[in-house]
Amino acid sequence: MTAVVVLASSLGKPNAVAIASFLGFVAITLVITMWAARRTRTSSQFFAAGGKISAVQNGFALAGDYMSAASFLGIAGLVSMSGFDGLIYSVGWLVGWPVITFLIAEPLRNLGKYTFADVVAYRLRQRPVRIAAAISTLTVVIFYLIAQMVGAGELIHLMFGLPYRGAILLVGGVMLLYVLFGGMIATTWVQIIKACLLLLGATLLAVLVLAQFGMNPLTLFSAARERYGDGVLAPGALVANPLEAISLGIALMFGTAGLPHILMRFYTVPDAQTARRSVAYATSLIGFFYLVTFILGFGASVLVGREAIGSVAKGGNMAAPLLAEVLGGTGFLGFISAVAFATILAVVAGLTLSGAAALAHDLWGHVVRRGNITETEQLRVARYATVGLAIVAIGLGVVFEGQNVAFMVGLAFSIAASANFPALLLSMTWRRFTTRAAVASMITGTVSTLTLILLSPTVWKDLLHHDEPILSLKNPGIITVPLSFLVAIVVSLLGREPDAETGFDDAQHRMHTGPPS
Amino acid sequence: MAERDDELRRLIRRRWQVGGALTAVMMLAYFGFILLVAFAKPFVGTLILGGRVSVGIVMGACVIVLAPILTAIYVRWANRRHDVAVASVRARLKS
Repeated sequence: MTAVVVLASSLGKPNAVAIASFLGFVAITLVITMWAARRTRTSSQFFAAGGKISAVQNGFALAGDYMSAASFLGIAGLVSMSGFDGLIYSVGWLVGWPVITFLIAEPLRNLGKYTFADVVAYRLRQRPVRIAAAISTLTVVIFYLIAQMVGAGELIHLMFGLPYRGAILLVGGVMLLYVLFGGMIATTWVQIIKACLLLLGATLLAVLVLAQFGMNPLTLFSAARERYGDGVLAPGALVANPLEAISLGIALMFGTAGLPHILMRFYTVPDAQTARRSVAYATSLIGFFYLVTFILGFGASVLVGREAIGSVAKGGNMAAPLLAEVLGGTGFLGFISAVAFATILAVVAGLTLSGAAALAHDLWGHVVRRGNITETEQLRVARYATVGLAIVAIGLGVVFEGQNVAFMVGLAFSIAASANFPALLLSMTWRRFTTRAAVASMITGTVSTLTLILLSPTVWKDLLHHDEPILSLKNPGIITVPLSFLVAIVVSLLGREPDAETGFDDAQHRMHTGPPS
Repeated sequence: MAERDDELRRLIRRRWQVGGALTAVMMLAYFGFILLVAFAKPFVGTLILGGRVSVGIVMGACVIVLAPILTAIYVRWANRRHDVAVASVRARLKS
């Protein structure tokens, strides 16, 4: 049965439903962009949708900003090929969200305006902090963008048969229209629609899978075990090295709480209470999504078969689309393919917007103009930055064609965890934290993560073709996160900053009660 | 005035404590799961419920479900207790 399925697969051939669903998505989102463009006249509207997004809307938009094609296709693929091991990733991608709720979301909303640097710089010296934060933000955004663009090119090529470069141009071009004209309002709605489509598609697929097993996941697991042995339900090769697993865990847990495009979304709601509720919705949606993805992975391994999945794409990335075809025919395959495409667009738009905020608000507004900037100029610079970032994204997508860039998402999380999270947390909780410490910690986090990745087996051996990696660790989080905290604490203790200490009480007050009314 | 300010300061400290404690619970659950997977593979792979599922899958699913549950606990506490307390202190500060 499986062999027939592979031969008959319509994956990669022009598919009427896929093209119609995709064009439908683009048409609807562009109409929304036109509507949003009329409401995007100030930089607050451009960067934060004027702070008028509701808790439920922001919950879905956060989920849409976060759930990437990598997690949908990647985790389903990983589970289908290696069973239990994929669950380790699903769990890791979720556990950062409660940390955002408990520690970050509310103070961030009350203290900042558009970027997380607003919070770190609140009672410190503006310019040095903003420069360091912009560097780490842009580094995270660029690596995340490369992974998304290259993934988009390959995915669309595989699913729709479109040439790689055409696909990159299409993604970059449509994303540019969303962000340039519709700013955060359009981006929010693209993310909401994408989240609904992705959750709907994945849930429908999971129900179809479970229907084959009497609606009981346990029957599905036994079927997988009968076919692939006990190992499918037990830890396998992925956690051969415990240190590696813990290191990855640290990066995922604290990196989520330091991702600039996620943090930025908390400025789109009216107050801290709404921010708190929105992140609770997001956590539930994302948790549900990863449970569903786990079912899809097992479903694909039993109903499609590992041989068939592995023969289409390495790493099993096409497991979910192939499963859709087996269970719902070409039409469903087309729908799922279009959803995967929409998923990438929503993530890329969020990333670009957060990069533009770092450039226009932090660097231009506060460093070059020292905070004296007119509304018109701010918005104009933001739009130039958006165009610049779109060009960079397309260019990098072309440059990295055919390269293995999967590690770059992990790299982005590691930098976010070590450069952004420690500075953000300490600036909010520790009176003695100083400007120098913030800068030193953010720079240390960025540089040490990049250096360790360069020396790791992933880059030094696999990419640069040296014989032996200088460092055996693939995920540097276990070294870089504690290092950034240490640097921050030591530098703070070395020299006092009276102004920062005086401002601490005011910051605490405002973090918890909001801007003075 | 100073007394009421102290009260607000106490509430602020309380929120950091609650947030910190819940973060610690999440970290304990998650890193506990990772450490078990890494160092107690046979246990994690033990089949239960008539061989239809492993301990590890149940644990992983529990950690996933724990995240929204802890979040809900926090939001409930913050909405019903913390916000109310802060609002009453603020009202008295103004008067």
